[in-house]
Amino acid sequence: MLLNQFLVLAAVLFCIGVYGVIARKNGVLVLMSVELILNAVNINLVAFSAMTDSISGQVFALFVIAVAAAEVGVGLAIVLAIFRTHKTVDLDQVDLMKG
Amino acid sequence: MIAVLAAAAQNADAPVYVAQNVAFGIIAALMVFSAIRVVTTANVVHAAAYLVMVLAGAAAQFILLGAEFVAITQVMVYIGAVVVLFLFGIMLTKAPMRGEEFARRDQWLAGLFTSVVLFGVLIYGLLDGFGRSKIPQDLQPTLTGEVSDSIFGTYLLAFEAISLLLLAAAVGAIVVSKRD
Repeated sequence: MLLNQFLVLAAVLFCIGVYGVIARKNGVLVLMSVELILNAVNINLVAFSAMTDSISGQVFALFVIAVAAAEVGVGLAIVLAIFRTHKTVDLDQVDLMKG
Repeated sequence: MIAVLAAAAQNADAPVYVAQNVAFGIIAALMVFSAIRVVTTANVVHAAAYLVMVLAGAAAQFILLGAEFVAITQVMVYIGAVVVLFLFGIMLTKAPMRGEEFARRDQWLAGLFTSVVLFGVLIYGLLDGFGRSKIPQDLQPTLTGEVSDSIFGTYLLAFEAISLLLLAAAVGAIVVSKRD
């Protein structure tokens, strides 16, 4: 197997995730797109681990999975807090800081 | 996809492992289709279901790469915990189940432009840098013992940091979402 087939697949998933983060309105869907991006990174890490016959890439992938779980927990808590104060998770209407 | 074919044509004389490549192609096509549906579908619950497809496909790719422990962890943590968390988030925020009327923001065209340009740059870099790199043909599944030796040996400090991060995230999530 070529290394590049895994890297190209990860690049495709990464770009789809970036599009989702920028284009979607729903806060929960933006978090899902972030998960797509993190998964693309995981595929890259494991592919490089297989190519170099080193275990480090797999360990990093496990760390990324743990950080992603923590990120989803905090992210959804923030989305819930926003929903409680604004009655919406539409990111276009949550513009307190006028960004 | 064209880039993959071009890279494959460069290595036409090399021995081809048909079964792995066919499996990779099917799973990859399924993953890309599901990922596109995640970011384009109007129904948020459907998006969560398609996300499960992408995550399961990633686990299958890990098995193809011989990383069995990472694949199992992916299934347990992502499909078992994260997606359930997403479904709870969808329920608690009254997300539109029958289709968002304005699913996209005004700047979705900018997002499309950004991701396409990013994809072009990434593909150029990958083909330029790893055009001929191969994954060893005698790839053996990684033993879980080796992974744990590495975690609790070389990366012990990072492991402890991750533990503290998870604790802090759990406490933080409770504090942020607490009704007061």
